[in-house]
Amino acid sequence: MRPEKKSAGRVAYDRVLRALLYFCALLTCALLVLLIGYIFYRGLPNVTWQLLSTQESFRNDTIGILPNILSTLLLIFGTLLLVLPLGVGAAIYLTEYARNKRVVEVIEFATETLTGIPSILYGLVGMLFFCLALGWGSSIRAGILTLVIMTLPTIVRTTQESLKTVPQSYREASLGLGSGKWHMVRTVVLPCSVDGIVTGCILSIGRIVGESAALLYTAGSAGILSRNLLQALESSGGSLTVALYMYSMERGEIEVGFAIASILMILTLLINLSAKFLGAKLKKN
Amino acid sequence: MDTHETPVITAKGLELWYGSAQALRNVDIDIPERKVTALIGPSGCGKSTFLKTLDRMNDLVPGVTIKGSVRYRGQEIYSPEVDVTWLRKQIGMVFQKPNPFPMSIYDNIAYGPRTHGIRNKAKLDEIVEKSLRGAAIWDEVKDRLRKSALSLSGGQQQRVCIARALAVEPDVLLMDEATSALDPISTSKIEELIEDLKNSYTIVIVTHNMQQATRISDKCAFFLLGELIEYGDTDQMFSVPRDRRTEDYITGRFG
Amino acid sequence: MSSQSSPAQAARPGVKKKGFRERLELLMNAIFFLCGAVAVAFVLFISIYLIVSGLPAIREIGLIDFLFGERWASTAKDPAFGILPFILTSVYGTAGAIVVGVPVGFMTAMFLSKISGKKTAGVIRTAVDLLAGIPSVVYGLIGMTVLVPAVRVAFDLASGACLLAAIVVLAVMILPSIISVSETALNAVPKEYEEASLALGATEIETYFRVSAPAASSGIAAAVVLGIGRAIGEAMAIMMVAGNVANMPSLFASVRFLTTAIASEMSYSSGLQRQALFSIALVLFLFIMIINVALNVLLKKSRKEG
Repeated sequence: MRPEKKSAGRVAYDRVLRALLYFCALLTCALLVLLIGYIFYRGLPNVTWQLLSTQESFRNDTIGILPNILSTLLLIFGTLLLVLPLGVGAAIYLTEYARNKRVVEVIEFATETLTGIPSILYGLVGMLFFCLALGWGSSIRAGILTLVIMTLPTIVRTTQESLKTVPQSYREASLGLGSGKWHMVRTVVLPCSVDGIVTGCILSIGRIVGESAALLYTAGSAGILSRNLLQALESSGGSLTVALYMYSMERGEIEVGFAIASILMILTLLINLSAKFLGAKLKKN
Repeated sequence: MDTHETPVITAKGLELWYGSAQALRNVDIDIPERKVTALIGPSGCGKSTFLKTLDRMNDLVPGVTIKGSVRYRGQEIYSPEVDVTWLRKQIGMVFQKPNPFPMSIYDNIAYGPRTHGIRNKAKLDEIVEKSLRGAAIWDEVKDRLRKSALSLSGGQQQRVCIARALAVEPDVLLMDEATSALDPISTSKIEELIEDLKNSYTIVIVTHNMQQATRISDKCAFFLLGELIEYGDTDQMFSVPRDRRTEDYITGRFG
Repeated sequence: MSSQSSPAQAARPGVKKKGFRERLELLMNAIFFLCGAVAVAFVLFISIYLIVSGLPAIREIGLIDFLFGERWASTAKDPAFGILPFILTSVYGTAGAIVVGVPVGFMTAMFLSKISGKKTAGVIRTAVDLLAGIPSVVYGLIGMTVLVPAVRVAFDLASGACLLAAIVVLAVMILPSIISVSETALNAVPKEYEEASLALGATEIETYFRVSAPAASSGIAAAVVLGIGRAIGEAMAIMMVAGNVANMPSLFASVRFLTTAIASEMSYSSGLQRQALFSIALVLFLFIMIINVALNVLLKKSRKEG
């Protein structure tokens, strides 16, 4: 018996689709390489010590983004400081305490909804409430509180995921020894899920570093160094992304824009790599 | 041995490795036309592996090495000129767990013919009806061909899978423990079906169930640790096994 | 407490301690419940705030005039507040991004899930994660300096800042979400389906496109809906490439999206103009809520199937 070959149509279908699969995968990677390459090519030469270490001076006609770097750091730390207890607490409630399924569903639906809301709406509500209703004006603290709402779902989800991986037997062992629930959570469950919480923090940092729309109208766009922390919190301060937007869109300083873009890309790379590293470690345990 | 029957499939010196673990050792076998051949043996003895070499489903397993010869109607199936899709059209397979696609019953049956280029609606309707009748399930599903195949019971799903295999008009049907996931009533229905099908198809089944092997098979092959220990007429093997190990197995002393 | 002779006495401190512990447990339970409730409170707060601040302008302008008015001239002497141009721009822009982004994303996901080896898949996944991590202003900057001039030259326009440029930027930005959600769905397709198809003599590619993809359809639909949500909510990147003029949308016209309509006038608006911006935000919010619900339904369905 002689074997038959596939019809020409089937062979063509196969070849074309296979080629498309390779092409699309390649395109995705090429996009990334080209984007990063172009940003570094145009941006890195402009990343000078002066840019990084000074604030803008109209007298000397120099541009510096130190205030923006500090604002970004302040936004990150301020947000994490507030969102961590809140998010971890919510996750603990959902996985360890909640008995009513409906309550869990409502809370999970709420966090999912928060994930889906676009940052421009966070920016708008943040501005309306913190800056106008509370009279804080454009300020880092308004930015921080807006970011807390935005990053809450990330912390809740990653913490929840790692809490779920803690074996039930640990909990039973602890409760069986006569410890209360809180004691069990504090001494057994939380230490086991530190990695997940840290991953949540890294992801949140990524979100904060990349955020712009929610910050433009809450934290503002100023680039002036503050004298102390309190003053910094109360005054307007543009993050790196907002500075990028301002310099390239409003001021036409494209090269400064690219310099900031390269710094943002380096941060993104670092954040992604550490998240990946932690994720791999998490899987191993 | 049995020279009066034309073998459809002939394996000679067949060896197979998963990585460095040898799963088949020097298997020689002739599978006769329009008969039911049962492959029996304890778990991990290589019977399923052997079944899968016959339609080259082992190609999908990474790190697999195959030596020796398997001929289907005289054609060496592992030779590079063989298009595996042609081979698998000739040699159909029914799996242990019923695995209908998550589509309508009609689309399940029409999947194979469509893949092989039949687009004509009337022709497809005809094939669907013929295949479902062939698998003895037409009467049960003819009024709900557009319903999802997943809405059927396990036994019905398995017969839809058999119909799906029949729809590409195969020559040989391989069944890998096709009844082990089913209840006794569904099992007996499928056994009756196999009795029917052997009038038109060559059938090779893998089974764990000795009674099933005696009930429905004409020839029987006993595998142990990758070796074909004994092969012959079922009646003869179950009454006067030639090998001690076969006897131990069929009398339930191990496995 | 020196004597342990009386069991009643010895038990006493235990009882007392239990009381303290019980109170602590109740307190912690309440604290954690509050943490969980905060998420719900945030959602309610945002919803109510957007509704309360969004309704007055709609009432003043009239719902029909607001939603279907074709002219937006907020600072003109005789101001008009019709947001149909923004709605249509958002819809067309999103649809365009989906049309461009989904096939590429789906194909990449298919490649990752079915074709590539472990190592290659790892590299590509890292690339996809990085694409997802790039800040939107960076996409905007590249769009503005590379894409916009390219569009201007390629189509011989006065300015390349137009809907087309925005569509391309959005398509790239939604790519990572589409890839990762579709890949998850494709990975969850039971191996048995694919085996059955191969055993019928289908090729691997035929199997992936005719069995695996339909079996993963809810998950892929979820990926598309997620992409829609991302595209419709994006503001800063398209602010930098779409030109921001309140035209009715066409591929080469300078256009304003719902998001950029809010962003571009927020800093200097007042009075009815500002309230109208809140109303736009409310419209955007409603869009997003519908998308969220659809996404949840699809994801649940897909998890059930997988």
